[in-house]
This record gives sequence, structure tokens and C-alpha cells, in this order.
Amino acid sequence: MPLLEVTDLRTSFHTRSGILRAVDGVSFSLEKGETLGIVGESGSGKTVTCYSLLGLVPTPPGRIESGTAMFDGTDLLHCPPARLRDIRGRRIAMIFQDPMTSLNPYLRISEQLIEPLFIHEDISKADALARGLAMLEAVGIQDAARRLHSYPHEFSGGMRQRVMIAMALVTRPEILIADEPTTALDVTVQAQILELLKKLQRDLGMAVIFVTHDLAVISGLCDRVLVMYAGRIVETAATRTLFQAPRHPYTRALQRSIPSLQPKGRELHTIPGMPPDLSQPVAGCAFAPRCEQAAGHCRTTDPRLAAVNNGPATACLRVQNSEI
Amino acid sequence: MSFPILQLKDVATHFPIESGWLRKRRTGTVRAVDGVTLDVERGEVLGLVGESGSGKSTLARTIMQLVPATAGTVVLEGRNLTAASAAEIKAARRGLQMVFQDPFASLNPRLTVYAALAEPLLVHGVVPRDRVPARVAALMEQVGLAPRLMRKYPHEFSGGQRQRIAIARALAVEPRVIIADEPVSALDVSIQAQILNLLAGLVRKMNLTMIFIAHDLAVVKHISDRIAVMYQGKIVELGPALDIMERPSHPYTRALISAIPRVDFSA
Repeated sequence: MPLLEVTDLRTSFHTRSGILRAVDGVSFSLEKGETLGIVGESGSGKTVTCYSLLGLVPTPPGRIESGTAMFDGTDLLHCPPARLRDIRGRRIAMIFQDPMTSLNPYLRISEQLIEPLFIHEDISKADALARGLAMLEAVGIQDAARRLHSYPHEFSGGMRQRVMIAMALVTRPEILIADEPTTALDVTVQAQILELLKKLQRDLGMAVIFVTHDLAVISGLCDRVLVMYAGRIVETAATRTLFQAPRHPYTRALQRSIPSLQPKGRELHTIPGMPPDLSQPVAGCAFAPRCEQAAGHCRTTDPRLAAVNNGPATACLRVQNSEI
Repeated sequence: MSFPILQLKDVATHFPIESGWLRKRRTGTVRAVDGVTLDVERGEVLGLVGESGSGKSTLARTIMQLVPATAGTVVLEGRNLTAASAAEIKAARRGLQMVFQDPFASLNPRLTVYAALAEPLLVHGVVPRDRVPARVAALMEQVGLAPRLMRKYPHEFSGGQRQRIAIARALAVEPRVIIADEPVSALDVSIQAQILNLLAGLVRKMNLTMIFIAHDLAVVKHISDRIAVMYQGKIVELGPALDIMERPSHPYTRALISAIPRVDFSA
């Protein structure tokens, strides 16, 4: 029985210039202790998917049009607000891309770190501070007893991200959603934060959903991957399979454009064009205009995500028909 | 024998740390750039790599004279910028332009693309007034943007497109040297490749010299002829790009290389 089961999630934004279908029929499950990667470019719907699960989509203009997200018998998308508040921050936690705007600049780290404990548990301030301090040490903050009382601006970007991870994990959640946590960090700091996340996941036995635009980061961290494009999942596979035998032209194009995998001296592979305007209805496959291998029927028939030969799933018509 | 287009000699940029309320006392110094000597050859792309805090952005701003050097000299095409007057620096800016990291913050949100690109043309008198619209259109095409978008505002564009606008703005005055300060760091990996190809193409076509600053060696490797590695305000390693990537000598360079996410399933 999966820890989290999302079925046919559809989230739109109703704006003056039209209805933006940000998440257009996304289904996936998450097992206990698993690391699931969601990879896609900006605008693919990966962040809105996660926000939808935790009631973080501003409504209006956002609206969850349909779908269910079952967690321990509760549908996160249709439960009373009090129930969602009980789960959010205690059993499912989230960390965000920019630690400076996610930390309150006016409050000391100590206050922010123990806030989730006060909200979700019956605990004394002394015990809460002790737990907070232990968490700060666990995320690798040196001289934690003293830094506990610092303000966010006194930390570097990488350290602020560690503090945010400590805040998210202080209640020992079962699921951690990490939304591009290393995108704003230097590559050396990124490597450290990824190692930290791996270690904490092992120690706490939690499941992780890791959202990123960087395929290379996924390869070192995730068990399974969902590739999203224009609000839909276009491919899902175990990480190794995704890299060794990608089954969607978009995944192949993403892989080819990773700079570190390309030799110097030739032009870098790119994906020409841009993701589609989500307020316009799409005829056929949303990726077809940019796809090197698009055929006529790609532009008229709506592709559905389906497993190929009982293996991983792809939403490419041509792959499903064994044309490519 | 040609001499380098840009020469930095013992450049240092220090910032005082002051404390106290009414009577400020100097309690220390941040040595952001701490003695950099470097020659940049005409037509080369020099990659400047280092983490946040290494001093690379401060060095870029010091070269641009956006921040005064505490010591040392910056000589551009034989002219000493560190000892120049404001008028001389303005004239020098026709030869030396900068592209910044954050495509959201570096474009004035109240100016249309047209206005943003026309501004440098008018300030420096690059073309006569009646030629400005045509030149703006040409600049946009050069960076891969459709000229019909010129009446739009920055917020109507994606990050990658905004960066193209920033590059067009830098090219407007026909500079010889461009300093690009982490121009792709804020972009998706797939868009980074597009912008890198664009910059590499422009350097070749227009015989530009470029200093490309980044924290990610994987990105710098592609576009650079030589790479300089910066750590705590000093250059710790300098050499041809492939040599640095394949045979790094300084431990810090090795650390930067090992931090690049690997796609490796051999284990």
C-alpha cells in the first residue's frame, strides 16, 4: 500500500488572459522510504503539483479542478482544513528553493525552528529547544548552540538551506517534499546539501519527493523519476532505466543537453523553442512542436501515459507503437 | 606582438567592516579581491570560476569601475581605468560591457525591450536617432528574439529570453569586451545550453573578448579558452580549459570538479 497515492490531479489558474492548465492529469504513487524525482523545465507543473498536495496553491486564482491525493486514509485535496494543517508540517514537510524568502528575517532561527514543534506537539520550550538544537547539529551547522540564536541574514545561502531542512525535519515527517532546494546554490554547496539529504533520509526512514530541472542531480539521488512537460507526466521509470534507455523524445533531449556530459569543442545540444502557452488548448502532443521525431499523428492525437511491454511508462505515441 | 586587451595588475578591492552607532569604528576588512594579476588576450573567452564569496563578482565590478579598486591597476586597451576620470570611464564603457546574473533584476521593469535597448544607443550616440528602431530590431535578431516583441515589458518574457535581452543590451554599444557574471546560473539546464551557444556564436562572429564568470565548471568548460579559478580573493589556478578540467593541480580546483553532479551507473 503506497504511502501517498495521487490520482488524476488537475490544477488550473483562472486568470484574466485565460485558464492556465498548470497540472493536467497527474497520477503517481510514493512508497515508504522511496526517493521520487520529478524533473521538468520551468512551467512544467512540477512545483504546482507539490503545492496542490499541501494546500499551498493560492485559490483564487488557482483551483484544484479534480483528482485525489490519498495519504493514510485522508484525501489531502478534499479534507477539512484542520486535518490538512495537522498533516502539513508534521507528517508531510516541504523545503523550498530560496531559503532567504522562506525564512522569516525578523525572527531568530531558534524561534522558527521550534515553531513546528509548538504547533504540532504538546512540548515545553526547553524540550523544543533541545530538539531544535539536535536537528541543527544533525544538518551540519557548526557551533550550533551559538548559531541557534542567530538571524537568517547571518548565515550563508547553503547554511540557510540547512536550517530550512532542520525546520522541515524537526517533527520527523514521513514525507519530505524538496522543491528545487539546491538550484539557488553553488555547485559545491549543492553537492553537500544532496549528501545531507541522502543521509537524513536514511537516518529518518522518510520518503522524499525531489523536484528539479536538473537531470544530473536526479541521477545521484532518486530511485524513480517522473518527467513532466506542459503539466503532464511524459515518462516514468526507475532512475537507471531512465538514463540508460529513455523512452520519450523529451527525456532524451533533456539528457543530451546536460553540459557536463558533452565534450568541449562542439555546440551544445539544445531543445529548440520553448514550452507551450498553458492557457491555450493543445492539439495532440504538447511536445510535438519541439520534437525532432514528431510525425503527423503526433499533432492530432492526444497521447496517454502507458507502460510499454510491462516496463516503465511513456506518453509518446510513436514509442508506444514501436515506431521509434 | 600584440598586447593583451585587458591587463589587471595586483588588483585589490577591500571593504571596511564598521561597527557602532554614532561613532563608527573600523573593526576589520573584507578582502574581497586580494591581489589579482591577469592578462586577457584579444578574442579569448576567459572563464572565471569560484564559489560565492570567492571575489569573482567583485572583481568583475572592479574591472567595470562600478566599485573602486583599493589597489592595483586595470588597463583596458592601453588606458588605465583605475586612474581615469568619470568622463573617461564613460567613454571606456563603449568598449566594455557587462551581463548580469539575475535576468529579473537587471532589466528595468518599467522599460519596454525597445526602451531598454535604445537607451545605450542614445546615451553613447552609437547611431543617429532615426536609425535607432532599425538597430534595436537588428540587435534583437542577433540574440534570437523576434523584433515584433520589442514593445513588451520584461515580465512578459521567460528567464532565458530576458537574458537574451540583457545580452542584446550589452552588445548595443559594440563593445570589444564583455564580462558575463553568471549569465546562465539562474536558468534551467536546458535553457543554459541555448544561451551558452548564443554567447559562443556571438564571440566568434563579432570577434569579442569575454570574461565568463560562473560557479559551475561544467558550464565554463564549454565556452572558455582558458579558465582562472578564484578562491578567497586570489587566483589559485590558471590555464587552458581542457588542461584545467583534465589535469587540475590545485586542490580547490579538484574540489570544484568533483562537485559536478555525475551521471554514473557503473556502481
